[in-house]
Amino acid sequence: MTVHVELRRGAYHDSVSLLQVSRTVAGAAGVEAAQVAMATELNVEVLRGMGFEVPGDAGPNDLVVALRTVDEEAVATGVTAVDDALRALSAPTGGTGADDEVPPGTLGSAVRRSGAGLALVSVPGAHAVTETYDAIAAGASVMLFSDNVSVEDEVALKEAAAAADVLVMGPDCGTALVGGVALGFANVVVPGPVGIVAASGTGAQQAMCLLDAAGVGVSHCLGVGGRDLKAAVAGRSTRQALRALAADAATEWVLVVSKPPDDAVLDDVRAEADALGLRVHWATLGAGRPDLTAALEQALAAEGVTVPDWAATQADPDDPGLTRGPSLRGLFCGGTLAEEALLVAADDLGAIASNLGHEPALGPDLTDPGHVVVDFGADELTRGRAHPMIDPTLRTARIATEAADPTCGVLLVDLVLGHGAHPDPAGELADAVRAARATAHADGRALPVVVSLSGTDADPQGRARCADALAAAGASVFLSNAAAARHAVAALGATR
Amino acid sequence: MTAPLHGLLAADPVVATSGVALFAAALREQAVPVTEVGWHPPMPGTEVALARVMADPRREAANATALARMTSAEAVLVDVAPAAEALGLERGTFLHAGPPIGWDRASGPLRGALIGAVLLEGLADTAEDAERRLAAGEFDLEPCHHRGAVGPMAGVISPSMWVYVLRDDVHGNTSWCSLNEGLGKVLRYGAYGPEVIDRLRWMGAVLGPILRQAVRSTGPVDVRAVIAQMLQMGDEGHNRNRAGSLMLLRELLPGMITADAPSSDVAEAVRFSGANEHFFLNLGMPACKLATRAAEGIPGSTVVTTMARNGTDFGIRVSGTGDQWFTGPANTPEGLFLGDYGPDDANPDIGDSAITETGGIGGFAMAAAPAIVRFVGGDVPFALRATRRMYEVTVGEHPLFQVPVLGFRGTPVGIDVTKVVRTGELPQINTGMAGRVAGTGQVGAGLVTPPAECFPAALEALAAAVPR
Repeated sequence: MTVHVELRRGAYHDSVSLLQVSRTVAGAAGVEAAQVAMATELNVEVLRGMGFEVPGDAGPNDLVVALRTVDEEAVATGVTAVDDALRALSAPTGGTGADDEVPPGTLGSAVRRSGAGLALVSVPGAHAVTETYDAIAAGASVMLFSDNVSVEDEVALKEAAAAADVLVMGPDCGTALVGGVALGFANVVVPGPVGIVAASGTGAQQAMCLLDAAGVGVSHCLGVGGRDLKAAVAGRSTRQALRALAADAATEWVLVVSKPPDDAVLDDVRAEADALGLRVHWATLGAGRPDLTAALEQALAAEGVTVPDWAATQADPDDPGLTRGPSLRGLFCGGTLAEEALLVAADDLGAIASNLGHEPALGPDLTDPGHVVVDFGADELTRGRAHPMIDPTLRTARIATEAADPTCGVLLVDLVLGHGAHPDPAGELADAVRAARATAHADGRALPVVVSLSGTDADPQGRARCADALAAAGASVFLSNAAAARHAVAALGATR
Repeated sequence: MTAPLHGLLAADPVVATSGVALFAAALREQAVPVTEVGWHPPMPGTEVALARVMADPRREAANATALARMTSAEAVLVDVAPAAEALGLERGTFLHAGPPIGWDRASGPLRGALIGAVLLEGLADTAEDAERRLAAGEFDLEPCHHRGAVGPMAGVISPSMWVYVLRDDVHGNTSWCSLNEGLGKVLRYGAYGPEVIDRLRWMGAVLGPILRQAVRSTGPVDVRAVIAQMLQMGDEGHNRNRAGSLMLLRELLPGMITADAPSSDVAEAVRFSGANEHFFLNLGMPACKLATRAAEGIPGSTVVTTMARNGTDFGIRVSGTGDQWFTGPANTPEGLFLGDYGPDDANPDIGDSAITETGGIGGFAMAAAPAIVRFVGGDVPFALRATRRMYEVTVGEHPLFQVPVLGFRGTPVGIDVTKVVRTGELPQINTGMAGRVAGTGQVGAGLVTPPAECFPAALEALAAAVPR
């Protein structure tokens, strides 16, 4: 076995492209493991975890090529595969083909050249503020996918945007649907009367999927960033989005989806929405407020739409002779889905340790012998890495760790389909579920697995097909995230 | 009332993307028109200052003002006069190209030119004596730019040298530049032999007075109009000035041949001017200086107002930071060499002539002058691409200076520090190459860029100047 670690200084590629490169190279002859990534702190840690030694002076603008191969000869094969894959990234993917055209050097230039009304920013967080100001100055609204943007910068950006009558959707905005076009992560839904304003990416996707299941279409889904309804940001983008939807001919009523908001901000925004004469329904998570599914059911009822039975497939119970772990382990890719699951489960289970910003907080290793909910899409877990909806590696590895942990009594995981997400996420998750259950069973333990599956049948991955694959692996599968959380709590109760 | 968000929700989306390529691909799959930026990180360590400067609410308007002033500045040749008279230049003071520098760090060609100027002024009897006095600090050295003047290559101006006087009445500014000596062994390339000093004496005694009579009798010459025309005749105004020189001669010729001077002097002045392909350079430079000078001192503006080199350091100045220089070691040009000279003979970049690029011509107008690649190296597609690349680092396009082959698009003008730092794309400069050793003269011509570090340094100062 040969280990090869090489640093390429100043060779920048985005994390999603490098994920493709790593996967391609891992498939080369004689290559056992391959990781090609920017040397961010997080990635260096992951590389060390894989047994690679990274030079101490490597920085986030340096590219690391790390290969473990069967022998010395295969290193050359691997490096060639890396070079080929990197070269393929810069091959032209469209455009005019005229040799002497110079591509736009800045986002402002791209907006001005194309007359774009919308700019999509997904550069690393430290650079996202600059890109966003540039787009605002050029007169475009911005979907700011990047995370790791400070709240001070967010407020300043949103003030500049309001002055220019453009909208900043974000930061950390994963989902938007504008004029029928899906940006970032979004499900395929029919056009319809509902405008969504979402201070939550996966919350918006959950809402779109539930609406789709109820036969109700969506006009636009405007993300505003998960902090927009917090006190510091004071609903700046939400107010702009509501005003725009009030003036939009295609929108009849509005659903506001949010992570737990600041109460005073929520009151202000509600008053402003009322003044617009807009019918707005509120799915804003928080203690004492309904979960997303319940809030949506109330909205549908108020709009005279029949609430359907949300899709659910329950797995056969494990052999009662097996022993049972005591704790819930929720492993999420979607921040809002994690938040909602925690709120729902905490009603029955009490304290749940999480990395969601409330007490009790998980330590840096993200483990605890008690109940745990982890959001793998959190800022600190995505520095220099693609979002877990694209690259679920860390979450998949954690499923295997939990399977071997006797304190783990039930696994609750989410899976979100749609544009932008992994092309076959269910296959990979089903394999992980099957392996996890086998590990537990071999150890004499039961391990119920519950999946919250947000998707529509029109999504590229097809929800029904994905649900079948997961059910076949032994998981219970729910469209409603709240229902999935309740089922997980019940499964834990049954095993106690 | 217009629709909110500029009608975003009512229109078919057109999207520009910066970052993850997958998202652009996903939009293309939905048949959405997408323009993708080839984003890469900005120059190292600049992200905090960049965000601060980009957030400066004054920036857009300040840069628009800078552009408007730069492109509306006039440049009219109104007189020709000795520097002592025109600039009030004192005996014992010598102006030079580039940012401030002392004798100790001065390069070979700058030293050579200073020695020659000291000899010309009669302040030393021999080159050795001149060198000793210069090294002893007996004379004052000052950048041309500090007086609003410009000088090509070594750019040395001494009191008895004659200069062109150009006016911008829109902004009330004046600029000056020495008379061009021709090519070969000349003072501006650091040569100071007897033939160099003799020529300078003749220029002061004969050429200058004849040109003064010509300008005064035939009336002011609109230099900006000549630049606009020469760009449509294959010149770029820095290293190719053939059409501009002929047009200038056409303007001045009637006044020169009727000047009150011996006919042999008139004939020699006309022959000398007509034989010099760079006759016009010394007018294009102060014209660009008037343009960039009009854009100086606008709070919040990130537009570069000076790029200049002294053969050792390359310095830039920026509108929003006033007179402060941001310097780095000058690069050595790459290009083609005269005769037996080679890369080892070339001095690092020198001269105030990069004011042409700062003003939107020269390397920035290379697409207008494809023939220049025979002189500075590269190929024709490179020349076209050079101008196109510069649109990505400038704030606007010049309404008068147009490039026929690009559909009469205006030249890129107003270098934006933030764009240079973000793209890493350095301003393209076409330049002559001076010999490294004092007294050699010109060894070639080529292409050069500023040292990258000038721009992050300027950005830091701009960030520090953003009001809290």
